[in-house]
Amino acid sequence: MTHHHPPADVLFDYAAGTLSEGEALAVAAHASLCSRCAREIAMLEAAGGSLVDVAEPMAISHGALDAVLARLDEPIVIAPRQPELDAETRRVVPKPLHAYVGRSLKELPWRTVGRMYEEVRLPLPAKGPKVSLMRLKPGTLVPRHGHRGQEWTVVLAGGYHDGGVSFTRGDFDAKDASHRHQPRVDDDGECLCLVVLDAPLKLTGTIGLFVNPFLRI
Amino acid sequence: MVASAKRASTMLAGQSLTHEQLGALVHAVAVNRDRAAFAALFQHFAPRLKGFGIRRGVDAAAAEELAQETMLTVWRKAETFDPAKATVSTWVFTIVRNKRIDLFRREGYPEVELSEVAEAADDGESPEQSVSLSQHGQVVRQVMKDLPPEQMKIIQMAFFEDKSHSVIASELKLPLGTVKSRIRLALSRMRAALPEDARV
Repeated sequence: MTHHHPPADVLFDYAAGTLSEGEALAVAAHASLCSRCAREIAMLEAAGGSLVDVAEPMAISHGALDAVLARLDEPIVIAPRQPELDAETRRVVPKPLHAYVGRSLKELPWRTVGRMYEEVRLPLPAKGPKVSLMRLKPGTLVPRHGHRGQEWTVVLAGGYHDGGVSFTRGDFDAKDASHRHQPRVDDDGECLCLVVLDAPLKLTGTIGLFVNPFLRI
Repeated sequence: MVASAKRASTMLAGQSLTHEQLGALVHAVAVNRDRAAFAALFQHFAPRLKGFGIRRGVDAAAAEELAQETMLTVWRKAETFDPAKATVSTWVFTIVRNKRIDLFRREGYPEVELSEVAEAADDGESPEQSVSLSQHGQVVRQVMKDLPPEQMKIIQMAFFEDKSHSVIASELKLPLGTVKSRIRLALSRMRAALPEDARV
């Protein structure tokens, strides 16, 4: 049961199809773990369906149906094969993420950043936000930082507290340029998150300028 | 071939089909690879999808390509259509949305795949509820008819014209908060209209 959800306007943008691929991935990952948002999205997609019903029909060119009928037996371009993932990865990582993660969690090329966390960047279009998996040890205190843009986090395993609020598996944590925060990973286990970042972070403390592990992002 | 699909597929082009007839046609395509049923779906949807594409501001040729590619996907993915989860129009909307992103933006669009655990943890889950979920399309469609024009305008700009709510705000010269609150109002109208056990 998740407790933190994307704002209504983000679910709306998802259903309308106006999010970038990386943003859509975060929303799909959350909604795959949250039946409430899955249903909210289904409702919005039904609104899209009703717009298709009432869209003004435009004459289709002569022969278009025959052209499509002639293509029905074309061999289907093989869809990207679902990667082989171990049981742990299939349990932890929501389905929409599988093709992006590509292999089991323990086989991913984790990169240690500033001795604070490990990160794997997921393959998404360069023009969009930066999308990565982040893995933090129990009890890690992330230095106080703010954002130049939006930061969306979906918790996949473990949890953290931020400003007295608890985030656990499935929760969607949306921060924007107005937020400064200092999350602390819960003591009871490693925390795995999907993080979608549309601009670099900035540290807010003076110390941060010297130890800022995020500058290398 | 399902009898109702046969009836539907012999209907004249341009006539509107009911949700049930459309469902029977998709079923006939999925189970029997029925080309006549597909042709009937094409006659129904392709002109609407072309109109849908035009609204986005692409030229007629690109809009027609969008319509054709969408219909090809309808043929290929017919067996994934689940009448308990959505009406055919809603399912076709998600296909054209993703196809539009694929063709014009060269990006993918990850879809929600509810995990078994989340599904099981869904408190009110019951067979009755699945039935009401499939009614979403019809209930929501009725709500859409009665939406105040300023809410409908925003929904159309987002769904037809591929504009995020922040782009909509700047084009309509409205504060972002106003656009967001109109979206929220429209959503709460839809929610309130749904049967209680299907509410979110």
